Amino acid sequence: MSSTPSAGTIIDIERVEKRFGQVAALKKGIDARIREGEFFSLLGPSGCGKTTLLRMIAGLDDPTVGEIRIDGKPMNGVPANHRPTNMVFQSYAIFPHLNVFENVSYGLRKQRLVKAEVERRVAEALAMVSLSGYEKRASHAMSGGQRQRIALARALVLRPRVLLLDEPLSALDKQLREQMQIELRHLQREVGITFVLVTHDQSEALTMSDRIAVMFEGNIAQLDSPEMLYRRPISKRVASFIGVMNFFPASVTGESAKGVEAEIAGLGPMTVPKQQVPKDVTGREVTAGVRPEMMTLLFDETETAEREVMAEIDDVVYYGDMSYYSLRLPGCEELTTVSMRNTAGRPILKEGGSVRVGWGQESVVLLS
Amino acid sequence: MRQGRWLKVYSLTYLVFIYAPVLLLPIFAFNDSAIVAFPLTGFTTKWFEELWSATVMHEALWNSLYVGIATAVLSTVFGTCAARASTRFDFRGKKAAMGFIMLPLVLPEIIVAVALVVVLVQMGISLSLFAVVLGHVLICTPFSIAILSSAFNNLDLSLEEASLDLGETPFSTFFRVTLPLVAPGIVSSLLISFTISLDEFIIAFFLTGTDPTLPVYIWSQLRFTAKLPGVVSLGSLLLLASLILLLAAEYFRRRANKKAGTEGDGTGGFL
Ligand SMILES: Nc1ncnc2c1ncn2[C@@H]1O[C@H](COP(=O)(O)OP(=O)(O)O)[C@@H](O)[C@H]1O
Ligand SMILES: [Mg+2]
Repeated sequence: MSSTPSAGTIIDIERVEKRFGQVAALKKGIDARIREGEFFSLLGPSGCGKTTLLRMIAGLDDPTVGEIRIDGKPMNGVPANHRPTNMVFQSYAIFPHLNVFENVSYGLRKQRLVKAEVERRVAEALAMVSLSGYEKRASHAMSGGQRQRIALARALVLRPRVLLLDEPLSALDKQLREQMQIELRHLQREVGITFVLVTHDQSEALTMSDRIAVMFEGNIAQLDSPEMLYRRPISKRVASFIGVMNFFPASVTGESAKGVEAEIAGLGPMTVPKQQVPKDVTGREVTAGVRPEMMTLLFDETETAEREVMAEIDDVVYYGDMSYYSLRLPGCEELTTVSMRNTAGRPILKEGGSVRVGWGQESVVLLS
Repeated sequence: MRQGRWLKVYSLTYLVFIYAPVLLLPIFAFNDSAIVAFPLTGFTTKWFEELWSATVMHEALWNSLYVGIATAVLSTVFGTCAARASTRFDFRGKKAAMGFIMLPLVLPEIIVAVALVVVLVQMGISLSLFAVVLGHVLICTPFSIAILSSAFNNLDLSLEEASLDLGETPFSTFFRVTLPLVAPGIVSSLLISFTISLDEFIIAFFLTGTDPTLPVYIWSQLRFTAKLPGVVSLGSLLLLASLILLLAAEYFRRRANKKAGTEGDGTGGFL
């Protein structure tokens, strides 16, 4: 990707706000740039405005304030049928009075192709979603997973610039959902079309996306790659929405070339490297965060860590491949969770005992 | 159970009371006697043959068909607009507006009829079949709205949005998605309002002027005892036609619900 922000941008969302009467669905003005060819996700709890934003990209709603550009062209006032986007609806919106072929070829009629070409394109689209040979089936006779594939084929057959997907997997059972996550990701790489996915499932967003916008209450809280979101969340809220994180009260004591000096409850004084301190962390009282797998138990004398402390084991939960320890660190009220992979020869400790806990500078982030 | 038995007797009596007279119509229609009374004297189809050649009756039939078809089309068009508006849009006074549109359902017909005569005469519109159509539209539209509201309510909004999203204009979306999905409701509304109009007497009697509709013609024939068997056979034919129309309407209403993916909820129907 190019480093200049506008190069390779396909969707430009600028200061967008949306109100429905008195209800402000998107406030404060949303800014985001979606890059050409990427798998982009809007992730957030139910009601945070994800669908609203997606519908405005599709042209099914218009922003109250601000502008959305696709390929540099302002889209305000351009209706859905004139936009280079296609959508997979949450309900799939399969036309019940049409069969599979008629559903998939629905949007092709406008393009005035010869019959053979329509048939070829539909067959190609159905093959892409593994539904070859289902052309003549009545659409209401198809299962949930199949309907979802029809919706995908119906949108992809038009070769849109952007494919919009509104919680396409939420109606499927767990096994099918996980299978479809992988298939969707493969499909996106194969067709090279920009995908914008709406989901409230953080693991779904993490596994499928190139970049994720985390939304809360009508705002984008953080827009980053899955790895950066996980490793460098900028707020407590983002950190606890994506995965698990231990929080420690901390106070900033100074700043040096190496980073921010902080006194962290339970962990003691530390220098947190600059890149682990988000820009909007200001003031003295902040929060330090550590992921459970970023700390480690030191089982014997040979194991060492940059920093360590003795902790009491309050509880142990055994998951087979992993064990989760709830630890009481000195000077810290809250319990701290540490996860350990159960590798060969590694003991599983009992509650009530005590153990050395280790971590490094890399493990800690400061949060607002 | 004693109570259970009495309930059974009661409902049987009730059913006999309402259906027996109606069932007598076709029996007398085939009875070979100019007097409509028991005992039956023999089988004949001559009353029907007489109908076949009664030209005044034919005119009345054409009048009724004209009124019925015009009423069905108009009230279904109005019903479609109102149902669409009430299910898709929220506006101030929507509840009140819908209430007033549905009011003719419970208003005594004779009052509607008298009021219409007064108003039409004041407006200088002469009493005619056209006036009857206006009156019938007034009483049929509530039925159309009720049927079509249920059809539009069952229609998933995202289907129309999907059509737009796939590149169709709102206009062609209406014809490719909306109309096919509510079509059974529209057919059902056409049939119901046609049936209501075909049987309606009071408004037709007050507003029709010199061209009688079928029910008005039947009423006029009742004065002549000799014509009574003919009227009875005509009545049986009307009964048969109404029955067929209502069954067809119900069939389409159920199909509408099924198409939209919801099984009949037992409310929107009148049967
Ligand atoms: N058509 C609408 N009219 C009124 N309020 C709406 C409408 N659509 C969405 N909202 C409101 O906007 C907020 C965001 O909704 P939505 O975008 O659907 O959330 P999400 O998809 O993240 O669950 C919600 O509070 C919702 O009630
Ligand atoms: Mg949503």
